[in-house]
Amino acid sequence: MSDKFTVEIISPDQTILKQETNEVIIPSFEGQMGILNNHIPLITFLRPGIITIKAESEKKFYVEEGTVEFSNNNLLILTSSSKNLANFDKNKINEMLQKAETSLNTASTDKDRYVASYKFETLKEIS
Amino acid sequence: MPSLDDLKKRIKSVKSTQKITKAMKMVAAAKLRKAQESAEKGRPYSQKMQNIILNLTKSINDPQNAPKLLVGTGEDKKYLCVVLTADRGLCGGFNSNICKLAKTNFKKILGEGKELNIITVGSKGHDQIKREYGKYVIKKFSFKDKKNISFNEADEVGKEIISLFNQNKFDKCIIFYNNFKNVITQIPQAQQIIPAETKNLKETNDENFSYEFEPEEDEILEDLLPKNISTQVFKALLENAASEQGSRMTAMDNATRNAGDLVDKLTIDYNRSRQASITKELIEIISGAESL
Repeated sequence: MSDKFTVEIISPDQTILKQETNEVIIPSFEGQMGILNNHIPLITFLRPGIITIKAESEKKFYVEEGTVEFSNNNLLILTSSSKNLANFDKNKINEMLQKAETSLNTASTDKDRYVASYKFETLKEIS
Repeated sequence: MPSLDDLKKRIKSVKSTQKITKAMKMVAAAKLRKAQESAEKGRPYSQKMQNIILNLTKSINDPQNAPKLLVGTGEDKKYLCVVLTADRGLCGGFNSNICKLAKTNFKKILGEGKELNIITVGSKGHDQIKREYGKYVIKKFSFKDKKNISFNEADEVGKEIISLFNQNKFDKCIIFYNNFKNVITQIPQAQQIIPAETKNLKETNDENFSYEFEPEEDEILEDLLPKNISTQVFKALLENAASEQGSRMTAMDNATRNAGDLVDKLTIDYNRSRQASITKELIEIISGAESL
């Protein structure tokens, strides 16, 4: 039995990625989550973080938000903000980092602060 | 009978109009391909999103406590209509068709004594609607300076809708747009987005899973539903963009053909009157020679 499953990343204007993979790590809202094949059906949403897709070659995507559904060995990630780390501009990261810092300082609710802090840390990590 | 010179001028002007319409047609055809592509690329996102929402709704056992965006306020008094049109004219019946459909609906809503609010997207629709229903228009959007519609624009409209909903400004929200079927057919459509129409969806999806939710269903739904509104608006905008170009292409094609017909007709007139004047001159010369 193959231990692979399909992963799709879809943004509002296009399908960014569709491929076979062994393992995907997603930054779910309540913590990192590793998904292997035959995972039980799952729906969750994302906080800012890095999606790692492990196949023959590893691919990483930065996301700010999104919705994830896993069913029938098909992982679906709907997001309007994904960026492939391989061609993510350094200057852009720094710019976003600064914005994230201000939004972290001005966040009023716990939820906003939670999201902003993850955004800040993820950006810091990759910059 | 217009003089030869007049005819010549007219032929020239019709010909240059024809050149313009021909150019516009070709531009529209090029843009259409792009718009159609992005409309098609955008479809999976909205479809999958609806699927997820449907799966979520299935697992909700207590409809009383379900999010309001999904089940509505339980009332049916105030309506919000979002009319999506183009920012440019010269595209056949594109804008008028949407407005016509919207106006029939407005009449019905007002006829039933319900409250009506209108948001217009695109300046052409606003122009047409403000004549009769100007006092109901509460906000207008125009993305004239944007070359391509991106999700951000749709999000802007979506956020406005949601903030109005949270202020209890309306119970039901309907969007009007043109659905792109093919280049010659665009169907104006009225789609209710709040509360979400789940009836049609149920038929398309028979699969049944018991999902694991993380965090709880309600929380996911609360996150997802506002996004879904923007997604629906975005889908409508993309369909609209493709329809606009398709409609313009057809309209300009017709205009080019009409101009061609007109040129032919005018050329015949021109030749006939030229011949007539030559004949007249000949007769004058001959009768002059005879009288000598």
